[in-house]
Amino acid sequence: MRITVNVNGTEYSRVIEPRLLLIHFIRDDLGLTGSHWGCDTSNCGACIVWLDEQPVKSCTVLAPMADGRRILTVEGLARGGRLDPVQQGFARCHGLQCGFCTPGMMLTARWLLDHNPDPTEAQIREAISGQLCRCTGYENIVRSVRWAADHEAAVSADTAGQAGGTRARPR
Amino acid sequence: MQVPAYVEYERATSVDHALTLLARFGPEARILAGGHSLIPMMKLRLAQPETLVDINDLDDLSYLTVTDGELRIGAMTRHAQLLDSALAGEHFAILHDAERVIADPVVRLWGTVGGSLCQADPSEDLSAAFAALKAVMVIQNLEGSRTVPARDFHTGPYETVVAPGELLTQIRIPIVPGGGSAYEKVGRRAGDWPIGAAGAAIWLDGDTVARAGVGLTAVGAEHFCSAPAEDFLCGAPATPQTFARAGQIAAEHCRPVSDQRGPADYKRHLAGELTTRALLRALARVRAHAPAAAD
Repeated sequence: MRITVNVNGTEYSRVIEPRLLLIHFIRDDLGLTGSHWGCDTSNCGACIVWLDEQPVKSCTVLAPMADGRRILTVEGLARGGRLDPVQQGFARCHGLQCGFCTPGMMLTARWLLDHNPDPTEAQIREAISGQLCRCTGYENIVRSVRWAADHEAAVSADTAGQAGGTRARPR
Repeated sequence: MQVPAYVEYERATSVDHALTLLARFGPEARILAGGHSLIPMMKLRLAQPETLVDINDLDDLSYLTVTDGELRIGAMTRHAQLLDSALAGEHFAILHDAERVIADPVVRLWGTVGGSLCQADPSEDLSAAFAALKAVMVIQNLEGSRTVPARDFHTGPYETVVAPGELLTQIRIPIVPGGGSAYEKVGRRAGDWPIGAAGAAIWLDGDTVARAGVGLTAVGAEHFCSAPAEDFLCGAPATPQTFARAGQIAAEHCRPVSDQRGPADYKRHLAGELTTRALLRALARVRAHAPAAAD
């Protein structure tokens, strides 16, 4: 079957088998390897992307379910040539070691901050509770998200006026 | 690498369309809701449907309303929606207790109430919560719809009364004033199935239990409930001693099996202890909401 998906603002149309998992479609068919294929059992969250306005574990979605919908991957987080505040937070606070869980962590963090701009540490930990960092670097991941929350306004103001990204932001 | 077997995919645009597709593709067609139970089962080849009927576009099955004295939950309501619903929490705190510990926040955005029930995992949380609340399931087919009590919905592990060509569309919970409810679960880690869990709903007449529902999951309780514990509770004084005894009765009547989550005797212990705790918390909620005695 043929599916058409908007990924990070670009339309892609491909012929696929309906059983294809979304993570493999994104990585193998589209060549966007920023999303990682981890546990394959919806436990680790390395494969998290946004489907329409919400994060989803893309190893647990069939590619045809994304037909006609929008996807945001880590490649689409930066806007107007500027890293998203969450990406800046991970860079500044050493939020990654091996980096395998990072794309999923950042996409969940972006979603959290869009819905709760001032999360407590407990709320950040709850938000990422379905994701695994095998380096066990959770302390710095939480700090990175908190950094993004604290600097969101400044970073966003900095980005305002530049060529906007194509990412649809909820609210 | 886990990949599902070859499958056909159809996307339904309405309930009638979904039912028509189910009729056309026969008993080997399966409804695809959130997919967060079915797709893992397909990856393990434990489920091997020939055709998937995707109902994610059926927004008209995604709602929470109070109608005719019932809380009505559309089958496509996502776990996160139920957890966020003040309406549901106001009437049935047990649903928020349970949703808070179902899967993880990202999975809760996609997994659906109806999908969880139809997956019929013997460790599923909402099955116990709805059993405690004596909910009623609405099942639709091309001829019309029928209702089935929550306690008759499951016919065994991974099996329900929903026949080929049918669709679970709604869950109804009668709203009876003056009640309180709670859910208690012990799990190993975020996102995992419970080792054991219990839900309780009680209604008081003065200091006596007038009505009671006890739901259990993951401990081999028939129909996800404990009728003997409920029988004991009705008419008994609402005291910690009564609730401790009800827990013992619930533990005696379930049939847990040992697995990687724990030995059977530990699960039996949980069934009793969590039933007692859920009853105590439900009672505290009844008291918290009871109007102060008039004088």
